[in-house]
Amino acid sequence: MTADIGIRTSPLAAWTDRLAALEPALTAVERPFLTQLTVRVSDPVAVAGMGGALGVAFPAHPCTSTRGRGPFGDVEVLWLGPDEFLVVAAPDSSVPVEDALRTALRPARGVVVDTSAQRTTVALSGPHARDVLAHGCAVDLHPSVAPTGTCVQTLLARTGIILRVADAGSGAFTVLVRSSFAEYLAAWLSDACVEYRAALS
Amino acid sequence: MSATFRLPTGGLIDRETTLRFTFDGRPMTGHRGDTLASALLANGVHGTGTGIRYGRPRGIVAAGSEDPTSLVQIEQPFPEPMLTATTVELYDGLVARGLSGQGRLASEPDPARYDAKHVHCDVLVVGAGPAGLVAALTAARGGARVVVVDEQTRAGGALLGTREYLDERPSAEWVAGIVAELRNTPGVLVLERTTAFGVYQDGFVLALQRRTDHLGFDAPADTARQRVWRIRAKQTVLATGAHERPVVFADNDRPGIMLAGSARTYLHRYGVLPGTRAVVFTTNDSAYTAAIDLARAGMDVAMVVDARPVAPGVLAARCHARDIEVRAGHAVTGTGGGDRVTDVRIAPMPGTDGTADTVDCDTLLVSGGWNPVVHLFSQARGRLRYDSGLGAFVPGGEPPAVGVAGSATGALDFASCVRQGRDAGRAAALAAGAAPAGEVVLPVSDTRTDAQPGLVLWRVPGEPAEGAPDTRFVDLQRDATVSDVLRATGAGLRSLEHVKRYTTIGTAHDQGKTSGTITAGLVAEALGTELSEQRPTTFRPPYTPVSFAALAGRDRGGLHDPARVTALHPWHVAHGALFEDVGQWKRPWYFPLPGEDMDAAVLRECRAAREGVALMDGSTLGKIDLRGRDAGSFLDMLYTNKMSALKVGGIRYGVMCGVDGMVIDDGTVIRLAEDRFLVTTTTGNAAMVLDWMEEWLQTEWPHLDVYATSVTEHWATIPLVGPRSRDVLAGLAPGLDAGNEAFGFMEWRDTVLDVGAGVPARVCRISFSGELAYEINVTAWHGLAVWEALMAVGERYGITPYGTETMHVLRAEKGYPIIGQETDATVTPQDLGMSWAVSKKKADFIGKRSFARAENNRPDRKQLVGLLPVDPDLRLPEGAQVVDTDRLPQPPVRMLGHVTSSYRSAALGRTFALAVVRSGRERVGETLHVPVGDDLVPVTVTESVFYDKEGARRDG
Repeated sequence: MTADIGIRTSPLAAWTDRLAALEPALTAVERPFLTQLTVRVSDPVAVAGMGGALGVAFPAHPCTSTRGRGPFGDVEVLWLGPDEFLVVAAPDSSVPVEDALRTALRPARGVVVDTSAQRTTVALSGPHARDVLAHGCAVDLHPSVAPTGTCVQTLLARTGIILRVADAGSGAFTVLVRSSFAEYLAAWLSDACVEYRAALS
Repeated sequence: MSATFRLPTGGLIDRETTLRFTFDGRPMTGHRGDTLASALLANGVHGTGTGIRYGRPRGIVAAGSEDPTSLVQIEQPFPEPMLTATTVELYDGLVARGLSGQGRLASEPDPARYDAKHVHCDVLVVGAGPAGLVAALTAARGGARVVVVDEQTRAGGALLGTREYLDERPSAEWVAGIVAELRNTPGVLVLERTTAFGVYQDGFVLALQRRTDHLGFDAPADTARQRVWRIRAKQTVLATGAHERPVVFADNDRPGIMLAGSARTYLHRYGVLPGTRAVVFTTNDSAYTAAIDLARAGMDVAMVVDARPVAPGVLAARCHARDIEVRAGHAVTGTGGGDRVTDVRIAPMPGTDGTADTVDCDTLLVSGGWNPVVHLFSQARGRLRYDSGLGAFVPGGEPPAVGVAGSATGALDFASCVRQGRDAGRAAALAAGAAPAGEVVLPVSDTRTDAQPGLVLWRVPGEPAEGAPDTRFVDLQRDATVSDVLRATGAGLRSLEHVKRYTTIGTAHDQGKTSGTITAGLVAEALGTELSEQRPTTFRPPYTPVSFAALAGRDRGGLHDPARVTALHPWHVAHGALFEDVGQWKRPWYFPLPGEDMDAAVLRECRAAREGVALMDGSTLGKIDLRGRDAGSFLDMLYTNKMSALKVGGIRYGVMCGVDGMVIDDGTVIRLAEDRFLVTTTTGNAAMVLDWMEEWLQTEWPHLDVYATSVTEHWATIPLVGPRSRDVLAGLAPGLDAGNEAFGFMEWRDTVLDVGAGVPARVCRISFSGELAYEINVTAWHGLAVWEALMAVGERYGITPYGTETMHVLRAEKGYPIIGQETDATVTPQDLGMSWAVSKKKADFIGKRSFARAENNRPDRKQLVGLLPVDPDLRLPEGAQVVDTDRLPQPPVRMLGHVTSSYRSAALGRTFALAVVRSGRERVGETLHVPVGDDLVPVTVTESVFYDKEGARRDG
């Protein structure tokens, strides 16, 4: 579906300006409408096959993610649990990606579920991104412990998030948050930046 | 008043800056670098308040957080109660007053920001004294990630209160060099003004950083005033130092009586003399240094009274050189004075020759030895051991990943302290996986180590005169005396924990830092036991008081609890909805028009749903995608009815019970394909039901091919309700035949809505109102556009948005229960009149076996019924009791049940209620009573369905 772009609203649409105002202390940008597919599978052959279909191998280790480019463009695969993954792809590609994954899954046990609108995605970067996260996230994000690709399900203040280290070197992160908690996340991020913004002004 | 006790030079204060402050209404001045206590002493003020039980004057006793007495109330810049003057950094404009016990909280909200931050490290070092600094540097040079926290405004620890030279240069230079290297080492964080107040499992340590307190009125509003650091350390080195221990004697509580080491700190750190003429009473060598330093600074030190039979030769000689008399084998037996000590009485220790004497003074400095600060060590589950030589509990066995160094181990000499620091730092770095630590050259101090062992003396021998009150105070804040301790042991208490609670010793703000060990000693003496056999009282967090504001941090106001909102929320806000909290969700409660109250709005919304068309936001309903070959049989086990028989395209209502057969949730099940279902749950139980499914799948039935995925927020759900709902839907879904023949009740269809562009939608014919209704599901992204399109298409039918209150009324008119409102975990499906939803054919399902219990089959169980108040205008309060008498007898009154839901109905033209009532269904037609205020109101018991009993309206 591409005809409906003008009539859909992302969870943080109303926060675009307020998040932009956090610059330069924090760059926080919603990446709306990404394709997100929850994959449950444990059969290694099926896992390999699904990776092959995407052109991106599924993460082999807990708390990591993979990314790459394949027939569906840029794709990330996030490890969420021992048999659970989240496949993230460009907007409007849920139908072909879901079909490809489901074909690759057969005949193994497992499911592919479209959960694209279940969460929205916020990209965080800038000089204080790691600091801001440290105010609400108990996970150690030091580059030596959380290199690029690290992916954990955790709490940021009082909302659950999926946190992916996009670039450990520069301190860039991707936060996936349940849509209903997105405004709380945005409000919390804004409040967390108060001191850093004051220091820069 | 001029600062008459401030020396012309010396101290770590900024003499260029004069700070004005007011204490107890008196304007005074001090300098940056002062504490409130040091500034008071510089102004000749010792007294800060009065004892809480006896009203006796009390003053400054110590120079740090161990002070038991100097509680003050800050009034300006913002009221804050019960801080110790010894830990309040002075700032310009400070207004404070002394306290007797409690202070007052501000009546207005605290405008300051507070926050928290997580930090991780290989090695955490608590305490930046000599041992801690060496430990930190050793670990840092080894490449470890290091965090150093220190309570003081600057690093140095005990060195701040001395005139020590290290490697033949002032100790401050050595400290500054190490701190500079630490700060310049990547991966090292040095936090001053930061008190580690709690040690928990697995290297988790909480510390409070006072970031802007010292700036007073100049504190920037956008900077968090205090921060709770949530530290996770692989290894922890505790270099927490030692507190000086007093000795108990009669009238030991007068202002002017201080710990000797603290007086030395006031001299060296703040350039303040504690008075004009001092007597020093000691049991060990350390107080001699205080006496000599003070004499050298110009104070008249009249006498050192040493309880030991022989005075240490070298130190005594140095005293004599300064005309300080040394009286060995003597003790202070009492003091005179009122608001300030004026004289001390001394007497020979038992068995010692000597003469009693009285010496005039305005300052009495006391030292009974040193207690290692083992609070955090003990919190970390470190074992404590009594050291009879020190008269103190010392670390006796380190727990995993915790090391101790410095005087916190009981070490008394500088060389041991820094050596322990190096060893602990190296061990911690290695254990944390860092490279072997580089060698840190240990500094050499010019101070002499103790020449002669100290004497352990808890209290000076002697009893109060017959009939006279006991003034031998053990805990000065709690006003607890030696007699109080003896009363406790006399009452048969042997455990220190019991004595603590009986006497309240150690329960004040200072948690007994100066009184705990003495109490243990007194109890052992009284019981004739060995202290080595006594377990000291448990040290618990926090080490020093922490304000609730700091603990709350930024989790206040709008950030206190996340408000979950749906995709349609902005529309609700823009259209004046009032909201109801359902769990964390904000749900529209009702949409009042201008001038409408709740009753009027709800009656209007109900009428629209029953007579025209109305819509609501049902997006909060829990939605679980259930897939796999065994999904049908799994649902058969979860629900009381048979779901596997449902045909693709169909929808079935189901009730879910716990293993006890009580209803835990209800909802609909949609069969999307042979191996695929969509389950809905109540809003508040979405997470619980998913967990419930996972529990069974993971623990009991892992062989089942079933996967449950939450899709609650993927969908926006809009129930479109009322006789005209079909017309509105037709206007938006041109490709969907919504007629009864093509699209029957409890069926679903996929279609495309024409909302300017095509929006895929799943439409379900489900009704929670009894009316013709369609539940429209689209992705959350499209929810707002579809809602607005429905409003536009429905305009000519008077389409009306409604909230949860109208939803509740509409379903109650139909007798549909709400889980959690009609039920409370003691209600079965049968109690709800839903035997029809309980399969009699299924071999098993969760809860089934409980239905055979005698208790489940009692005829007098509470059953769901309707109640019609005889007065049709009277609305019963929800929760009101139902009784069967028209006059209340003497209690206890037999309660038949209670009102679960109660509303005013537009359709019925009257009020009505649902209730659970004993043997309710047998009572239909009876008149029962409900207490409302002072009245007993008659009600008629009815069936639970009030409206459209035949169900004629659901097809439109």
